[in-house]
Amino acid sequence: MAVYPEITPRELRPARHFFYVALALSRMEFKLRYFGSVLGYLWSFLRPFLLFGVLYVVFTKIVRAGAGVEHYPVLLLFGLVLFNFLADATMMGLPSLVSRESLLRKVSFPRASIPIAVTATAAANLGLGLVVVLLLALVNGVGARASWLLLFPLVLGVIVFAAALALLLSVLFVRYRDVQPVWDVALQFAFWATPIIYTIGFIPERYRQFVMLNPLAVAVEQGRHWLVGSEVPTAEAVMGSYAKLLLPAAVFVGVIALSVWTFRRRSASIAEEL
Amino acid sequence: MTRGSDRGRAAVSCSNIWKQFRLPYDRPYTLKQRVLHPKRSHAARVLDALKDVSFDVEAGEFFGVIGRNGSGKSTLLKCLAGIYVPNQGDIGVAGRVSPFIELGVGFNPELTALDNVVVNAALLGIPAQDARRSFPEVMRFAELEEFENLKLKNYSSGMYVRLGFAAAIQARAEIYLVDEVLAVGDAQFQEKCFDTFRRLKRENRTVIYVTHDLATVERFCDRALLLERGEVMALGEPTDVIKVYRRRNLEEEQEAGLRPTTEEAARRWGDGSAEILDAWFETDDGTRQRVLLQGTTVTFKARIRFHSAMDDPVFGVIIKNEREDHVLVTNTLFDELRTGRFEAGDEIVYSASFELLFADGVHTASPAVAYQDAQRFADWQEDAVSMIVRGDRFSGGIVDLPHETLVERTAETEPRAPQARVSSGAE
Repeated sequence: MAVYPEITPRELRPARHFFYVALALSRMEFKLRYFGSVLGYLWSFLRPFLLFGVLYVVFTKIVRAGAGVEHYPVLLLFGLVLFNFLADATMMGLPSLVSRESLLRKVSFPRASIPIAVTATAAANLGLGLVVVLLLALVNGVGARASWLLLFPLVLGVIVFAAALALLLSVLFVRYRDVQPVWDVALQFAFWATPIIYTIGFIPERYRQFVMLNPLAVAVEQGRHWLVGSEVPTAEAVMGSYAKLLLPAAVFVGVIALSVWTFRRRSASIAEEL
Repeated sequence: MTRGSDRGRAAVSCSNIWKQFRLPYDRPYTLKQRVLHPKRSHAARVLDALKDVSFDVEAGEFFGVIGRNGSGKSTLLKCLAGIYVPNQGDIGVAGRVSPFIELGVGFNPELTALDNVVVNAALLGIPAQDARRSFPEVMRFAELEEFENLKLKNYSSGMYVRLGFAAAIQARAEIYLVDEVLAVGDAQFQEKCFDTFRRLKRENRTVIYVTHDLATVERFCDRALLLERGEVMALGEPTDVIKVYRRRNLEEEQEAGLRPTTEEAARRWGDGSAEILDAWFETDDGTRQRVLLQGTTVTFKARIRFHSAMDDPVFGVIIKNEREDHVLVTNTLFDELRTGRFEAGDEIVYSASFELLFADGVHTASPAVAYQDAQRFADWQEDAVSMIVRGDRFSGGIVDLPHETLVERTAETEPRAPQARVSSGAE
């Protein structure tokens, strides 16, 4: 008679369980997405850079909107990499619960680990993208500087924001299947409403504050400042005062709170609703 | 609901569990529908999946839960596993619960065994490095050592369940929830699973086993629970509970009477020179029955009308059990019976009588009329009628032949009278 293998799981607090599952799932996701074919990974990684190439040519040679902007390619790529991450995490996160239906209906584990794992996978890609941004900055003549270190907490904030959106969208999608096309359109809108291909200077002054209500716009703007220095104004300068920055901060906190609240309220009944 | 509370020696204690599902008539799945019909979502039917279910399972018990499809067995198990939250009632669980609700949950066919086992372990609360360390043991237990680096999509279904079982058993728990997992896989694998569960039981761990397989309940369970439409119908000794279950099934089958099920209105072929109008089973007093008792004499009958003339047609019938074994095959050619000439419009009744030695379970009869050569068919009606054989026990065999068993001492010991002699089989 074979002796069965056995491990005594450590005392299982939900937070620990959550962490194990999120880690294992994101690893699996990463393997599936990227190790299946080398070219597959390359394409997925290159996508923002190819888009960058197209936009760069269009906006410096044809439309010439970016032609006069100092370090335009660095600013453009930074915006694209951040936005691409947000889009990736949310578009993959949105159907993540529904597509793991069988798992949810058969095992009890912290449900949030699924959308969080998807966000973590996208974040790994973001990390690589940012390395390329910094390399491009050096090539473009931006000297390495201490303020680059501030990009880490900033990017962390964006990751948290994306995770909150992924949580919210994933649990809404269980109930409402048209969240997907709606979010698709919302992302298109956000792409143009965020200073990615343009800098905030192109927006007429009285609209700038509206654009900056979007936490992602604040992150891109402030990140650009820390990236290349005083050629780009700080988020505070754009808004006019620190007090006004509380507005996008409130949006940021509000989205997180809404998503956590919604997820907690719904998570116990996800298995029944699938 | 309290989890992890220890109430005396009970490993699991359920008191007055209610679980309701809202089944909307027309589910507002989209925001648009929701906005246009804000009231409609309230038009939902409430289904009581579990009604006031109470029972305790003691530590070290092998506890069976039986009941038909839709009786609430799986819902109960999911409540115990924490996947569903009961609307009312209290579930107390002393110790860790390991759900075997399905084997190989979360397995991805594109990944190797190692990757899948690590993910599975994480779901059960085991960190990756621990899972990697014990991975060779898991593979040894699953008898899959040579296939470590194979992607799961290249595994056979048997290998897949073996890996699933080994991966699931590796998380130590005090309570194991098992939902029919053993129905898949070969007999050897099932034995291994049960061995494991018996071993767990000896270590004072608890197994709650949900199944349709009454034989295993009788063989392994200490106690059993019968659910019907979400209510507890019986709780106690497995043999008693199974008796209640069978009696209730029998009553319902008789109520359902001779109405054929849809699956009986099945496949049919032939050139139509003859037509099987009707087929049925009779007891020896000549009444049509669908539920027949083992050991009685039974007659299969088919009424046949000819639409064109046939010389020496062959009449026959195949009776199959649920596993599609051909339990009885007979035709007039075997008996070298020259049946003669039939004209268009003639009607006959073909019958085959036999002593009912079939094992307990559903059997279907497929009658046929063929030409003399028994190669071309006038009419073949697959599964034209079914009957349910009821024996006093479920043996697992195809037929229950009368037999005698004997236990004797070997030559080394003093020659004595036989120790035990048992006669068995249908009388």
